[in-house]
Amino acid sequence: MSYTAVFAAHNVDFHYEQVPALRQLSLTVQTGQCVALVGANGSGKSTLLRLLDGLCFPAAGSISFHGEPLTAANLADNKFFLSFRRRVALVFQNPDVQLFNPTVFDEVAFGPLQMGWSSAEVISRVDAALEMMGIANLRDRPPYRLSGGEKKRVALASVIVLDPEVLLLDEPTALLDPRSQSQLIDLIQNWRGTSKTVITATHHLEILEDIADRVVVLEQGSVTAAASPQQILSDSELLLRANLVHAHRHRHGDLIHSHPHLHSHSKHEHEH
Amino acid sequence: MSRGGAIASTLVGLSTALGNALVSETIARKPGLLQSLDPRVKLTGLLALVLAAALSHRIGVILALWLGATVLGLLSRVSLPTLATRVWLAVLLFTGVIALPALFLTPGTPVLSSPDGKLHITEQGIVAATLLITRVETAATLTTLLALTTPWMQILKSLRSFGVPQEFVMMLNMTHRYIFVLAESASQMLESRNSRTVGILSSAAQRAIVARTAGVLMGKSIELGNDVYLAMQSRAFRGDTKLLTGFRMTSRDFLALSGFLLIAMIAIWLGRA
Repeated sequence: MSYTAVFAAHNVDFHYEQVPALRQLSLTVQTGQCVALVGANGSGKSTLLRLLDGLCFPAAGSISFHGEPLTAANLADNKFFLSFRRRVALVFQNPDVQLFNPTVFDEVAFGPLQMGWSSAEVISRVDAALEMMGIANLRDRPPYRLSGGEKKRVALASVIVLDPEVLLLDEPTALLDPRSQSQLIDLIQNWRGTSKTVITATHHLEILEDIADRVVVLEQGSVTAAASPQQILSDSELLLRANLVHAHRHRHGDLIHSHPHLHSHSKHEHEH
Repeated sequence: MSRGGAIASTLVGLSTALGNALVSETIARKPGLLQSLDPRVKLTGLLALVLAAALSHRIGVILALWLGATVLGLLSRVSLPTLATRVWLAVLLFTGVIALPALFLTPGTPVLSSPDGKLHITEQGIVAATLLITRVETAATLTTLLALTTPWMQILKSLRSFGVPQEFVMMLNMTHRYIFVLAESASQMLESRNSRTVGILSSAAQRAIVARTAGVLMGKSIELGNDVYLAMQSRAFRGDTKLLTGFRMTSRDFLALSGFLLIAMIAIWLGRA
């Protein structure tokens, strides 16, 4: 597949008051790529997703979307705002943040309604999204009464309903039970190879090969590596340094030794 | 004091609030008389009746409005126990405390006197206290009916259509939605504190825990508020509430609105001093 840049970030700095979150971060994401952002807690993954979604803006450096600068001034333009929001969607880490409507149906319909779509289209798209996420039975329930996993599914449905070109997922498998995790991974896999761009922030290394064709490692707000999942997962030194694995100390008979501990499908064996 | 003091009562309060909210949304989605009306009609009509109750000086007229409100509630699937526990008892308790001095302080014809003859309950005092209680009961019943039979988002949209600034409406929306998230959070914090507490805590210690929890919640609510606004923006929100159900006034709505306004005007006329 030939790629064109959907996002290009150049030397981006961002801080929360005086605390730096991103430093001199540069990154290019191509259309149709499935990118995983990995890094320890506080490495800047969520902040980067918010910047890519145009919810906050760099203190220095620049971000562009399909060559168009992603700035407050550009997003103030109604046409660009609606077009961007229609094409890019973010699923927040904490689903409670995203569920602010009285019922699941209203929640999923919120985005389409902001787009000004007709009632008939909104209803049919919402029903399809609810079916797709397996939550049609929750249609009339208030979101704050749902379990963590159900909330996450509703949050996903609320952005999938827009059929965006770019999906930004912040720790999408958090709070999900194994079956729901597997369904979500299947969903992301279905998007691979299509024109959809998926950027997933995660620290679950075991799902990298399933959800990404490129992995970007963040350390203290900067990109320190970007390669295929296989290349990243085989670099134990990098994973240790980025706090993505820990030294696992254990005993084999009289022999006590330690090695980087990684719960990946392909890395569960080690030599002694 | 046992651990069932300030912490337990706060937990019970939080759980009741969450339960009540669920009941409200359930009632609002049931088929019923008020539920079938355009929210703007309900808002205008019920508030006109509240105004009529407030302006009326005759207990009979106010009681008639109260009775009417109760019948309206029953026709809208709001049960008598719901009205009694949510409105009538609470209002009686709070307004009763305020109205009590009026019995003794309003000058007029004594009806009952204390043995030493220094304290009198006057006829005018009884009328003043009864007027106050019935007015507040009626007004509270009518506004509760509005809240119980109308989904919150529709109330907000009605407010917008009456020209209430969108910033104000947005603030109300956020407050309503996230009060439950924060209530749940407070509940979990207090439960977790309870589970780690050994022995009996004094009342002062319990109050301190509840106060600290409130402080932490304050910080959380600010952070949550910011995040929620970003999440709304992310889904193309630009400050105006958009709903699927476009309001469309039918002849039934016009009839209901005329009925509400007519009753309100008659009540004001009959209830004049």
